[in-house]
Amino acid sequence: MEAESAGQSTNYMEYILIFLDKFKAGIGLLVMVIVMSFLSDRFLTLPNMLNIFRQVSIMGIMAVGMTMVILAQGIDLSVGSILALSGAVTAGMMAGDTSIILSVLIGLAVGTGLGLFNGLMISKAKLPDFIVTLAMMSIARGLALVYTGGRPISGFDPAFRSIGGGRVGMIPIPVIIFAFILLIGYLVLNNTTFGRYIYAVGGNEKAARLAGINTDGIKIKVYAISGFLSAVSGVILTSRLNSAQPTAGVAYELDVIAMVVLGGTSLIGGKGTIGGTLIGALIIGVLNNSLNLLGVASFYQEVAKGLVILVAVLLDSIQHRD
Amino acid sequence: MKKLVTVVLLVSFMMVAGFAGTVEAYDIGLAISTLDNPFFVDLADGAEETAEELGVDLTVVDAGDDAATQMSSVEDLVIQDMDLIAINPVDGDAIVPAIEEADMMNIPVFSVDRGAETEVTAHIASDNVEGGRMAADYMAEALDNEGNVIELEGIPGTSAARERGEGFNEVMDEVEDIEIIARQPADFSRSEGMSVMEDLLEAYEDIDAVFAHNDEMALGAIEAIDAADLTDEIMVVGFDAIDDALTAIEDGTLEATIAQQPEEMGRLTVEMAVQLLDGEEIDDFVPVPLELITE
Repeated sequence: MEAESAGQSTNYMEYILIFLDKFKAGIGLLVMVIVMSFLSDRFLTLPNMLNIFRQVSIMGIMAVGMTMVILAQGIDLSVGSILALSGAVTAGMMAGDTSIILSVLIGLAVGTGLGLFNGLMISKAKLPDFIVTLAMMSIARGLALVYTGGRPISGFDPAFRSIGGGRVGMIPIPVIIFAFILLIGYLVLNNTTFGRYIYAVGGNEKAARLAGINTDGIKIKVYAISGFLSAVSGVILTSRLNSAQPTAGVAYELDVIAMVVLGGTSLIGGKGTIGGTLIGALIIGVLNNSLNLLGVASFYQEVAKGLVILVAVLLDSIQHRD
Repeated sequence: MKKLVTVVLLVSFMMVAGFAGTVEAYDIGLAISTLDNPFFVDLADGAEETAEELGVDLTVVDAGDDAATQMSSVEDLVIQDMDLIAINPVDGDAIVPAIEEADMMNIPVFSVDRGAETEVTAHIASDNVEGGRMAADYMAEALDNEGNVIELEGIPGTSAARERGEGFNEVMDEVEDIEIIARQPADFSRSEGMSVMEDLLEAYEDIDAVFAHNDEMALGAIEAIDAADLTDEIMVVGFDAIDDALTAIEDGTLEATIAQQPEEMGRLTVEMAVQLLDGEEIDDFVPVPLELITE
């Protein structure tokens, strides 16, 4: 009897531990929200919540693409530069009297094209993803500077400005776009063969290839998607600022990768979810917002952000060692 | 392990919370373009010291020269319901949507050092016109009110070139025996300053002094003058007090330069904010005094 009840209690403990493990990012976020709501009475207000969602939507959209790349055991360091170039091209087209829709489409095509190029170099030319996307980071940034002559392109049609600045009811349009992309990302990863193949390639590329999966094709597609979504963010950011900055998105890759990793996606590929990435994005968003609301000096902010990311990766690595 | 996550997060947050200030008379936000630049660090220091003296709760946010980061942090300041937000814009155009949000919440906005492409309550920046006057006063005295002077102008149309030239010429017009024998744009650049000066040395025999709208052009002109072996004949005055210029003053090749005073800029920002919030009238342009450096 005694032994049996003891066995049961360890069972409960195990369930609780599994639960905690599965939702640790969510729990972390919840703790942050609770602590913050005591520290600042401005934090847990509807305007501030919408503010946080709007602030994370630009990097969050890129994080959806990054999730797929990392799931397929890759990395994309070029996202910030592609954002800048796509935004600049869209702005430049509009300044040259191209219609808004065509300008946006060209901007998106540029981002997708560069992502595709990343994918081809990595899968067909067999070059290391880290180096290819690092090179692209430099190439796209350089092209953005060349294209704009180093100066921001500013002042757009109100219709274009509404993409980043508008609201439907209370909800900012960038948040709606982010929600839509999260949904599509979720459906693609969970309900399509392509999604399952991404996990397969990231889990064990050799096995996936032997099973007849076109692993090169999968890789090319995830990098193209990452490029496309970076371009989407570039268009939204350009609209929001009413200005395309050739220096936009510097060091965004760091925050975007942090969002994905904080959300529980493993850097060795094959394991992770879009839901996790949403939580990760919100953790970064709440962190940035809280540090500003609390008036933490900006130098400490950098340190705090780095520490949170380090702790998250550390916990992930400890788990994989177990 | 999982409990540790929670504990670590909680503890790091408590630590972070420890830095939070308490609520005092006025809440003022100061959004700086980048604290990687010593000029803006001095500006923030000046503002913080003054805030402490006046019992103001000052929140400084840094954009790391990224327009999007600056927009987000200004939004956070708006959400905090600051009494006033002073912005040193990363980009005068890209900051406009954030200023519009502050306007909607009826929060007054100052632009500091750099302007914004929209209406703000006040603009606080160095008084370039006065700087031009200071350079001219110094030069006129050093020349005993007589001689031939060359003016190297900045990029035509920029406010710095316009205002510095305006102040300089305003004073020089009053001095009868000083003649501005040539005015040439050299686009704020050292190499342009050198080549323009080389041409002018060919064209004019008797040059006594050169005023350049910035130190880069002044240093370029010094190279040309040095090559012509005229260093002892021609006095050069620059503007900005960049490091190379201070070295040149020590070496004796540059006569003087005009320095901006970022700490003073920060101090005035907070003082003007408090005056405005106290219900006093303030001007829409608050000039920050400059300093003449000769050694």
